[in-house]
Amino acid sequence: MSLTRREFVGTSLTSAAAFAAFPSMSFAATADEAIAAYTGGAATSDAGITLIAPEIAENGNTVQIEVSAPGAEEIIMFAAGNPNPNVATFKFGPMSGSQAATTRIRLAGEQDVIAIAKMPDGSFLKAVSNVKVTIGGCGG
Amino acid sequence: MAENVTPRVRAPREASVGEVVSVRTLISHPMESGMRRDGDGNVIPRSIINRFVCTFNGEVVVDVTMEPSIATNPYFQFEAKVMESGTFNFTWYDDDGSVYEDSSDITVS
Repeated sequence: MSLTRREFVGTSLTSAAAFAAFPSMSFAATADEAIAAYTGGAATSDAGITLIAPEIAENGNTVQIEVSAPGAEEIIMFAAGNPNPNVATFKFGPMSGSQAATTRIRLAGEQDVIAIAKMPDGSFLKAVSNVKVTIGGCGG
Repeated sequence: MAENVTPRVRAPREASVGEVVSVRTLISHPMESGMRRDGDGNVIPRSIINRFVCTFNGEVVVDVTMEPSIATNPYFQFEAKVMESGTFNFTWYDDDGSVYEDSSDITVS
């Protein structure tokens, strides 16, 4: 069967729409739920944590993110707009020189990048940074 | 199955006692997210490195759990406090069970 151009455009659009709807159906866990699961619903404070992300990322395939939270046991990073909002968890051991790390992540589109630090006393710190992305990095 | 996975590490060779040194690591790996589709519309299966650990003389510096949102060729930069001469060991754990390792010696005086 040979497709005319018109038919081809029609089917492509349908499949594109189906694909766009797919992530939201299969990944029920949103960033808010993932954060609540991590903190147990505890309130978070804004002080004492620094998240450095670019304001505009031209390429969502690799966006450099730097996070620092002096004294933290763990830092977890989320990308609220990605199909799977979890990004990475850093656990700092006894030999670490600072509770800071830099890595490169993927971002599907403009969204908030969230870092949450778990302190030894059980409290949580949270930092949010909005990143505008020119070309998305999740293959959608 | 990831091919041509090459770890690269940059850590100082010498430091003074109690110095905080910066360590940078990069490993070449496609980090296939499991979200992409090939030309026929089939999902390309997820294949990522899911964990990275750096130890110094057997004690943990940083232990990172990685998700598909980590970019291709995972890069990490972090700091370690060195009190004595020793060896940094770096270990990456792949989804397919492969383990990639590298190490770097440091002389503390």
